[in-house]
Amino acid sequence: MKVSYFPGCTLKNKAKDLDAYAYKSAEALGVTLEEIENWQCCGGVFTTSKDEIATKLSSVRALKAANDKGQPLVSVCSACHNVIKQTNYAMQTDKDFAFKVNNYLKEDGPYNGETEVLHFLELLRDKIGFDTVKEKVVNSLKGKKIAAYYGCLLLRPGKVMRMDDPENPTIMEDLIKALGAEPVVFANRNECCGGYVSMESPALAAKKSNAVVENAKAKGADMIITACPLCRYNLVKNGADIPVVYFTELLAEALGVKEDNK
Amino acid sequence: MSHNSNLQDDIIRMSGVNPRKCMRCGKCSATCPAYDEMEYHPHQFVNMVENGDIEPLLKSESLYRCLSCFACIERCPRSVEPAKLVEAVRLAVIRQQGANRMKPEDVAAIADDETPQQLLVSAFRKYSK
Ligand code: SF4
Ligand code: SF4
Repeated sequence: MKVSYFPGCTLKNKAKDLDAYAYKSAEALGVTLEEIENWQCCGGVFTTSKDEIATKLSSVRALKAANDKGQPLVSVCSACHNVIKQTNYAMQTDKDFAFKVNNYLKEDGPYNGETEVLHFLELLRDKIGFDTVKEKVVNSLKGKKIAAYYGCLLLRPGKVMRMDDPENPTIMEDLIKALGAEPVVFANRNECCGGYVSMESPALAAKKSNAVVENAKAKGADMIITACPLCRYNLVKNGADIPVVYFTELLAEALGVKEDNK
Repeated sequence: MSHNSNLQDDIIRMSGVNPRKCMRCGKCSATCPAYDEMEYHPHQFVNMVENGDIEPLLKSESLYRCLSCFACIERCPRSVEPAKLVEAVRLAVIRQQGANRMKPEDVAAIADDETPQQLLVSAFRKYSK
């Protein structure tokens, strides 16, 4: 299977691991990620204001490029995925917005949100299947107690993201089980790490991040996984004393393709 | 109390929010992770926009404390979506000439070697135009 892939700015820089392990793992599972040509940064956050057009164009271009190839558009970074899915939803549901965007872009043919937008986790669950993932595991992670940290952007707004129950998600716990480890469910798993406010108010970000780590540890986790470079940065910077790793790294390790990156 | 109906209309149109749907349960503020640092809390944004009492919001630091975590949007039982009002008011401020909250020269002092690009682009999108 081939899918279109939007890596995003952070995965080409500070979060190279998130990207490289996604490629390796997908290959091991029979999926080729085809990077969108000339993709542009998603901007990191979706602007909810209806009169903002320019900040959403890079996402529309990526969506259109995937649509032209007849492929779903996959991303790994929580933020990219959130921006792209919310933009696609706006193209589907806000006729006025879609009209302005299409008039401005002047692409060959209008785009009205036809592309299927998938997070890499959804690719694993819905296209590949966790059962298949489980069969391909060569290094079982048995004995590890792993807390899945969702943060905000993977799940919310639930009516747009439609990935999982926004208050009681299971997708990452199911992945952890497929890899042989034991998932640790904790209350703060879908609460904010502080996000970009670490630029404005580091103390607020520290408080939010610490609450996440402490809660995961209190529930017995010896590792936290995330899909978001900013979550990882905030947790690590504010002194997480258990490893905080990208879920793709864990996946690559279990599939036996992690070493190939070095 | 000042009443600014032009700005009130703009904010309502930009956000797509109908503040009159609010039943004042306070759940948005109860779930807001930035609550302790906010002068005006999410339910107050809703109430003040409904009353056209926009001027105090324009000047409030609360605009820059919202994390865009979408918790208030998810958990409001009336689907009011308060964060969209916070965003619209913030845009009404930073779209004005010279009103950028964050400038490129500010970044060096705050960023470190590990700062992900995502943090910088998100912060600039939230704090600057
Ligand atoms: S989106 Fe902003 S206002 Fe709403 S809960 Fe999150 S931080 Fe609070
Ligand atoms: S949660 Fe919704 S209904 Fe309740 S106070 Fe907030 S905006 Fe109003």
